[in-house]
Amino acid sequence: MSETTEDLETEEPIVETPDVPMAFGAPLVESTGGQLVIHPARENWLLVASAILADGFFMCIDVTAVDYLTFQGQRPLPAGVAPERFELVASFINHARAERIRARVQIPEDDPTVGSLSTLYPGSDYLEREVFDMFGIIFEGHPDLSRILMPENWEGHPLRKDFATGAIPVQFKGTK
Amino acid sequence: MAMTDAQAEAPAEPAAPAIEHQMATEMADEVHEGQLHILPRNHAVMRMSEVQMAEKANAPLEDENDQTMLMNMGPSHPSTHGVLRLMLEMDGETVVRSKPVVGYLHTGMEKTGEALTYLQGPTNVTRMDYAAPLFNELAFSLAVEELLGIEIPPRATWIRMLMSEMNRISSHLLFMATNGMDLGAVSMMIYGWREREEVLRFFELVTGLRMNHNYIRPGGVAADLPDGWRDSVLRLLEILPPRLEEYDILMTGQPIWRERLQGVGVMRADEAIALSTTGPVLRSAGVPWDLRRDMPYLAYDEVEFDVVVGTYGDAFDRYAIRLNEIRESMRIVRQILDKMPKGNYRAADTKVTPPPRARIDESMEALIHHFKIFTEGFKVPEGEVYAAVESPRGELGCYIVSDGGPKPYRMHIRGPSFINLQTLPHMMSQGLIADAVAVISSVDPIMGEVDR
Repeated sequence: MSETTEDLETEEPIVETPDVPMAFGAPLVESTGGQLVIHPARENWLLVASAILADGFFMCIDVTAVDYLTFQGQRPLPAGVAPERFELVASFINHARAERIRARVQIPEDDPTVGSLSTLYPGSDYLEREVFDMFGIIFEGHPDLSRILMPENWEGHPLRKDFATGAIPVQFKGTK
Repeated sequence: MAMTDAQAEAPAEPAAPAIEHQMATEMADEVHEGQLHILPRNHAVMRMSEVQMAEKANAPLEDENDQTMLMNMGPSHPSTHGVLRLMLEMDGETVVRSKPVVGYLHTGMEKTGEALTYLQGPTNVTRMDYAAPLFNELAFSLAVEELLGIEIPPRATWIRMLMSEMNRISSHLLFMATNGMDLGAVSMMIYGWREREEVLRFFELVTGLRMNHNYIRPGGVAADLPDGWRDSVLRLLEILPPRLEEYDILMTGQPIWRERLQGVGVMRADEAIALSTTGPVLRSAGVPWDLRRDMPYLAYDEVEFDVVVGTYGDAFDRYAIRLNEIRESMRIVRQILDKMPKGNYRAADTKVTPPPRARIDESMEALIHHFKIFTEGFKVPEGEVYAAVESPRGELGCYIVSDGGPKPYRMHIRGPSFINLQTLPHMMSQGLIADAVAVISSVDPIMGEVDR
């Protein structure tokens, strides 16, 4: 990361865990293939995002989420980050330095809310609507948080792991 | 929640980052406010649900002379590229506000992806952007290979590049056809399809299918290039340039065509970045960003090509960029023909690669191995990864979370069409309804990828 991120770290009121490297005031880890991932706390999400924006990551390239309800394996999270059911995954691009960074925010099941990026990154509009539609995560401050892919009157959030999938009756399947 | 407060307390003076990019520095000055204020036409985004829209549209008019009209366009309108629906607020012929309504093709492909093994995955993702299926397979395969930590042989890499560039040509030719048709150059539809058909014949020769190839798979490609592939490519490289010249005569130089497109759907560079656009839409605004050059994958750092960039950010620039990207792709294909290495077309890693067909007849173990790979699939180490490629429409990303099993725990595709659609209300604002058609067409959305 650039030198400026260190300056930003010191400005932000975030408890640092000693042995974990930090960036934008959040623990930084190298994920598969050396991709940089930060783990901001949910309360700091917009603060961290504005620091990311201030560092020249002008484009929010992707916002998605993962429901870890039935995850079998280990969840290697840095020290100080408690695993929660939902995880918001947002990726940013710095065009000038040709860099990417990804943020993973833990979101608890009993209060699936998180601040919306839409003021900082207006391009996250549809992506956050999709996450709301598919996972039921509520983005506070989003200008139009409505379903985008499913019908407006749909019940449930299909990409949650406890959303019932199954076969629908097909008319001619059983005929010989 | 104190999040809005926290945002207000964000450092008022962001320390100036070391950025050489001029435009980036200009934007950095205002950065602490967020990017929303960059969008001068944000008021043109309609924030109304479909139910509200229906109620309002049916309500009686209070004053007949002082009303805007709510109008519906699509979802099955010939110029909306399949099943895009637009809710429009019109003032006479002028679009005041608009909202794209999507989801008509939603079939839960990301959910389906969680039920398919990594080997079956490409058959699923290839159906998303059906005009550029090989890019979906490529993004998916790159993500899986990153998780597996395997290297694919050089020949597989170059075959993937060849197929990608051919697919970029066919996809842009399809754009030429539909764009022409949308704007009234109806014969162009036949010309574009005629040329695209030639490219699809090459795909049929190599993959056996014209679309939805399932050709690029984790570990390499499904089959080596067949005999005669080189002649087939050379023939295409011979046919296409004069045909593109014809397009120039038919469209590029035509005053009517230029009048129809120039200055329509204009988008500034900072707007395009704030709205997360990628691909020709971003480049038309003058941002020289192409993942093939700026974050090279496969072997794009070993070929020479130019990134085509626009100046005015209008529909004509987006048309011209795609036309010239066909030429650049042909330039890359020529280099691939010279540099195509010999060797294996898939990784020799027995974990992910089924045994060669000949060995199945002579070895029981090979038969069992083959059977297990195709029924159970192979296990992929735990982890999460994002891989991105430059599809004809922009950055096509694939995010995979693996729990160590033979199926992805979560598979997400970042479809460039989906995000690029956000620009429509901005670009249509205060334009004529007839220009709205030109704007939709110039974004070149593929609804299969939008809705997934």
